[in-house]
Amino acid sequence: MAATATAPGTPTTKIGKAALEVDDRLVVAGWTRRTLNKVFPDHWSFLLGEIALYSFIVLLLSGTYLTFFFDASMREVVYNGSYAPLRGVEMSAAYDSTLDLSFDVRGGLFMRQMHHWAALLFVASMVCHLLRIFFTGAFRRPRETNWFIGVTLLILSILEGFAGYSMPDDLLSGTGLRIMSAIILSIPVVGTWVHWAVFGGDYVGELIVGRLYIAHVLLIPAILLALIAVHLLILVKQKHTQFPGPGRTEHNVVGNRLFPTFAGKATGLLFIVFGVCAALGGLVQINPVWLWGPYNPAQVSSASQPDWYVMFLDGSSRLFPAWDLNLPGDYTIPALFWPTVLIAGIIFTLLLMYPVIERKLTGDTASHHLLQRPRDVPVRTSLGMMALSFYVILLISGGNDVVADKFNISLNAMTWIGRIGVIVVPPLVYVLTYRICLGLQMHDREVLEHGIETGVIRRLPHGEFIEVHQPLGPVDDHGHGQLAYGGAPVPKKMNQIGAARRAVRGFFSPIEEPSQVELEQRGEGRGLAAGEAGRELTSSGRPADGGRPQEPRD
Amino acid sequence: MSTHDTRPGSAGGADIAGPLHGGPDDDYTPEQLAAMSREELDLLGARYDGVEVLHVDPGPEPGSRLEKRAVRQVGWTWALAGLLAFAFLVVYIGSDWFLPDWHWAENDGDTWSTLFTPLLGLTMGLALTLVGVGLVLYTKKLLPHETAVQDKHDGSHFDRVTTGATLTSGYHNSGLARRKLLTRSLGFMGAGVGVMLIAPLGGLIKNPNKGNPLGQTSWSEGVRLVRDDGSPIRPGDQQPGSLETVFPAVPGGNRQSDAATMLIRLRPEQIAQDAPREGQEDFGYGDYVAYSKICTHAGCPVSLYEQETSRILCPCHQSQFDVTQGAKPIFGPATRSLPQLPITVDDEGFFVARSDYIEAVGPTYWNRERI
Repeated sequence: MAATATAPGTPTTKIGKAALEVDDRLVVAGWTRRTLNKVFPDHWSFLLGEIALYSFIVLLLSGTYLTFFFDASMREVVYNGSYAPLRGVEMSAAYDSTLDLSFDVRGGLFMRQMHHWAALLFVASMVCHLLRIFFTGAFRRPRETNWFIGVTLLILSILEGFAGYSMPDDLLSGTGLRIMSAIILSIPVVGTWVHWAVFGGDYVGELIVGRLYIAHVLLIPAILLALIAVHLLILVKQKHTQFPGPGRTEHNVVGNRLFPTFAGKATGLLFIVFGVCAALGGLVQINPVWLWGPYNPAQVSSASQPDWYVMFLDGSSRLFPAWDLNLPGDYTIPALFWPTVLIAGIIFTLLLMYPVIERKLTGDTASHHLLQRPRDVPVRTSLGMMALSFYVILLISGGNDVVADKFNISLNAMTWIGRIGVIVVPPLVYVLTYRICLGLQMHDREVLEHGIETGVIRRLPHGEFIEVHQPLGPVDDHGHGQLAYGGAPVPKKMNQIGAARRAVRGFFSPIEEPSQVELEQRGEGRGLAAGEAGRELTSSGRPADGGRPQEPRD
Repeated sequence: MSTHDTRPGSAGGADIAGPLHGGPDDDYTPEQLAAMSREELDLLGARYDGVEVLHVDPGPEPGSRLEKRAVRQVGWTWALAGLLAFAFLVVYIGSDWFLPDWHWAENDGDTWSTLFTPLLGLTMGLALTLVGVGLVLYTKKLLPHETAVQDKHDGSHFDRVTTGATLTSGYHNSGLARRKLLTRSLGFMGAGVGVMLIAPLGGLIKNPNKGNPLGQTSWSEGVRLVRDDGSPIRPGDQQPGSLETVFPAVPGGNRQSDAATMLIRLRPEQIAQDAPREGQEDFGYGDYVAYSKICTHAGCPVSLYEQETSRILCPCHQSQFDVTQGAKPIFGPATRSLPQLPITVDDEGFFVARSDYIEAVGPTYWNRERI
């Protein structure tokens, strides 16, 4: 052996020697080993946050590319590019450079659309991630800090998205900006002062695109990046939560080590997210600014909708009644203030403070690392569904003119459906969700107590017909299961507890020997054949020792 | 001083790690470690990190049909990804070289420019997705599946107490608890420097109440109503029931955010119902009325005029205004009527404004009523 020539353990390969050189200087072997050995639990819903992270990377890369060409200026120019219908039209340099970027930069349109799609995906995956965290109780102590950071990230991302799609200075973005100007003006006492500070004077001025630009490419992304870093550091420090299951406790994490399994899957997902953004960016048109034309305060097109994550505010503005509040001294709080500033403020404050609110209401201040199934926390689940239904009605109302048009419904009827729905539907959803949760809970307990329905009907000697139930664990004298509910999914079908052997692999033709699979399954106690030997044909059909519970399906 | 200097007072040659260095290197000598297999070392390190590998499902047996098939799947997926990446390069670089031009073309005859962006998306999107799919297939089908458990530690009491002691002794030694003058001046300094650093942001603040920027427009007595192209309008130009957007005849009037006005010629039956706002009965001219185009709700241009019902609809939030009732809001979130522009006809027979709007146009704000 080559190793005998040198001291024991001295690396002999080139890579090994290089690694030694690095560790001599940086002493990172211990830290690297700890990182590679870190265990991550495995569940599809844990990937939602990863999708948000990866689409953020797409945004950073594609956004940097766009800055090479975009001119954030409101200087008036005359368009003279490739797109003939707008040639000779006066427009701002921002819109002009957006058109150039789309029509005269090779692959520019592809990049612009990819950036826009990635932005939609970013916010959407954040919202899905938030719902997962909410409904499984992952925000409970000790993870409140990460919930606060997460909600802040969501709010900042919405602002970031608004700033982004307001920059091209086309007719649609100008309309959005005009509404934002009115929202700022509607703030009591300081509204006009804030407006003058943000816009540098009366609407629209000459500064706002430049200011949106620096906020969009530097200020907000820098804060987002810093908060994402803290979010992930806290996640690594606190370790990931996991669903309850065999061997899973409050004091461990069961799953795969970072290297190679988790790293492989995560990198795979990164590329898939990149790929989906690229495919959408090339194949599915989004925000064709050249069709909207340059911004003109006297023009608007019907069906002017913002990007989806701002639509709930558009919806609330459409539904809210015309209620100006006239105060003594001829002061006014405009009707626009309630649905945009106040309701949005209440929504996000409640969202942000939810961990604190729940802790106060339940008095639960213990640390939790095991997740809850939504059915086991019916009040929270119902509250969440109630809030979600409220949000979805606002979201749909944000496009109620399109719904009215496509489905041939009166526009005013759509407004009234939204107005009534936003008050009536959420409580109904609460009650319905609550009942569904209780029903699911009871069914879990019923299966634990009486076993799984096998579908086998048996006639007893005295003539009574019974359905044979398969208990999940030890039973008492009356045949009732003694297993307690552990917060993990309860198997409800015989196949889930190994009544059927697994399929032989192979798509067109089997690539395994069927007899080999049979043997392997028999060894694991799976399949009906495996249980043949121990079957009692004379009993009531309740074997004293039932099948074993399967790995939870989560 | 050289490292070989061993005289008293020099640090050379005698620099040995102190007794607290310790750690796993004391438990395992290099010889012991050298005697262990790779798998044993892996598990040993994992145990030091609190990780126990419970169960390993080995990957497919080397040389088995299962393995060959999985290797084929991963290999072809990645090969296809490479091929598509190459196709992307061909489309991206080759267009306008050995392939047709990619620039937008007015007549739709040029198929390539229509296909250029979709092809970029298709090739890059599929290439990247396949890279990811290949990786996932690799981990799922070829790597061993292990189930590992890692311990989760609660905070250490020892760490808390010792860290607390270090922090408090620093504070204690600083004497800040006793030296009241220092704490007070520190607070004063902190507040002063803090405010000083953010003070330059004051440059953003401007007074919105200087003059009356929100309450005034470019309209004033004798300013002609002109179309977007600058042409003036005579009373005979419009059909009854029609609407035209007009602007003040001042430089840049057609781009101002608050000046756009709708000139509406009412139909005879609309005139019969017409009920202008109090004190504004004479603001129209004949069968013509002029209302601000800027919505009183959120400032969008109210653009959709349905002359059969006399309603003007704002497409942003669906506020509806009735032009026969002084543009009063009759549905939706708007609370105020659209301001009416008093109009007349000048010596040459063209429409002119009699004055500016008598109230602020556009969205409501806090002190609107006071100016």
